[in-house]
Amino acid sequence: MKNAAKKIYIGLIILFLYAPIGTLMVLSLNASKTRAKWGGFSIKWYIALFQNEEILRALVNTLLIALLSSLVATMIGTIACIAMTGMKRQAKSILMGITNIPMLNADIVTGVSLMLLYISLGIRFGMGTILLSHITFNIPYVILSVMPRMKQLNPSTFEAALDLGSSHINAFFKVVFPDLLPGILSGFLMAFTMSLDDFIITHFTKGVGVDTLSTKIYTEIKKGIKPEMYALSSLIFVTVLTLLILINLSPDKKEKK
Amino acid sequence: MNKELIQLIDISKSFDGQMVLDELNLSIHENEFVTLLGPSGCGKTTTLRILGGFASPDTGRVVFDGQDITRIPPNKRQLNTVFQKYALFTHMTIAENIAFGLKIKKKTKSYIDDKIRYALKLVNLEGYENRMPDSLSGGQQQRIAIARAIVNEPKVLLLDEPLGALDLKLRQEMQYELIRMKNELGITFVYVTHDQEEALTMSDTIVVMNQGYIQQIGSPESIYNEPENAFVADFIGDSNIIPATMIKDELVEILGTRFACVDTGFGVNKPVDAVIRPEDVILVEPDNGSINGVVTHLIFKGVHYEMEVTANGYEWLVHSTTLYPVGKEVGIQVDPFNIQIMNKPESEDEEAVAIDI
Repeated sequence: MKNAAKKIYIGLIILFLYAPIGTLMVLSLNASKTRAKWGGFSIKWYIALFQNEEILRALVNTLLIALLSSLVATMIGTIACIAMTGMKRQAKSILMGITNIPMLNADIVTGVSLMLLYISLGIRFGMGTILLSHITFNIPYVILSVMPRMKQLNPSTFEAALDLGSSHINAFFKVVFPDLLPGILSGFLMAFTMSLDDFIITHFTKGVGVDTLSTKIYTEIKKGIKPEMYALSSLIFVTVLTLLILINLSPDKKEKK
Repeated sequence: MNKELIQLIDISKSFDGQMVLDELNLSIHENEFVTLLGPSGCGKTTTLRILGGFASPDTGRVVFDGQDITRIPPNKRQLNTVFQKYALFTHMTIAENIAFGLKIKKKTKSYIDDKIRYALKLVNLEGYENRMPDSLSGGQQQRIAIARAIVNEPKVLLLDEPLGALDLKLRQEMQYELIRMKNELGITFVYVTHDQEEALTMSDTIVVMNQGYIQQIGSPESIYNEPENAFVADFIGDSNIIPATMIKDELVEILGTRFACVDTGFGVNKPVDAVIRPEDVILVEPDNGSINGVVTHLIFKGVHYEMEVTANGYEWLVHSTTLYPVGKEVGIQVDPFNIQIMNKPESEDEEAVAIDI
């Protein structure tokens, strides 16, 4: 009895969480143009979506920015972690606090302040400014996922590699890097997801005529909701979901090996 | 004594303004098993790290085989280290771990394979080539760490408390293993530990350290039987350290009673400390010994009984295989050669004295 109640409770939570997204996905497969009636199963909105050049350009932009920004952020974040490990405790905790602030900060504040910064520096808005902004807000996520790995690291392994005749660089790539890799990978995936997902910061730092998927959807919706948007939103949801599953699986797999 | 291999000359090192080593001088010979022994914070690990090249001294020189290596990085030194927590490369197999140093030196495949087989045989882990480090027990991992170091044919193997993480039984087994390996390899071992029993069992030479100073250097027997100061006497095993007066050569007054001893050269009527090991205190019937006392505590320790006997206002620690119950009156007797006389430290600071070699 108690068990059944538990299951119903969890079922309700999941239902309320996913019902809206479920509706969206169902509608994206609806042949009819109105939301009011079911016109039969169809993937025509998906086809229409991929024939819409503006949306395709936005998709390419999104992927490009997500990939580049998460790559750069992963490199900077990992190097930052290595540097912080060598610091004294107080300096380290101050720096950790500073890197945490952008994550807790409201996106709109980050977005507006980045926009003001670019204006005051006279930087032209466009892909470059979006990329810079995404790298900025991605770095903390990388640090957040690499740092715990760094702490688990046995500091002697690096010294052991040196002791066996390895150079400093070689010792890092052969011995330290493989141990950090699960953290680096999940940091990269997290940054990638965050970048795909972002609307507010992109909205404030993009130039005229440059769009990512999220800003594109926003402009389209202002003109009226077209069923292609259902298809697009469904695709974004599935992509992010897949990435999240990957993030959660990747460290475990490594450890079991 | 064999040829001198390593000399540490006037080594000083401080961290954050705190002196860890103060003008330390030490010679290590070829084929010697040297143990740096002391409580934590005594500078023994720092000394080892300076030898390995992981820390550089503020002043002083490290001379290896006649060559100054003070500023040479660890990867260019002809010595290898076995770390406290094994430090195996967890993403590599055992064979890859052992081959790590050899691959850097660009040895041939057949040479490396031979070496891996030889090293695994030496540490009694034949057939473990393809296992992962995590699947091995602590003792086995430590053996692999030793194998990984010795395949590089170092002239000196540095061991930083390698048995610290193992349980007592395994630790004793590994002590014999290490002695065997050292004899088989014929190289110098520099071993760091805070465990006095480990040091006494394995070493040719023990270097007792405290607060950055060397307290005494000597064979295990001389360190145990003839401690030069109260710190060494107290750190190595249990001992009775009793204030005494040296009446003249070979005669000492302990707690108002005169004992014959074998030490000379301390002067006349000089205050000293007398060290008597608990197993050297002989309990006899009352009035048959030099002092009478009463047994106040009794603990069964397995091999012997540990007793406390109050005599002339001092609690004597006594180890004996014969039981004397609490409350029994006994006589205390000590053979002259079992009384070790030490100079009294003149101040608190001098308890950690620098000793010239």
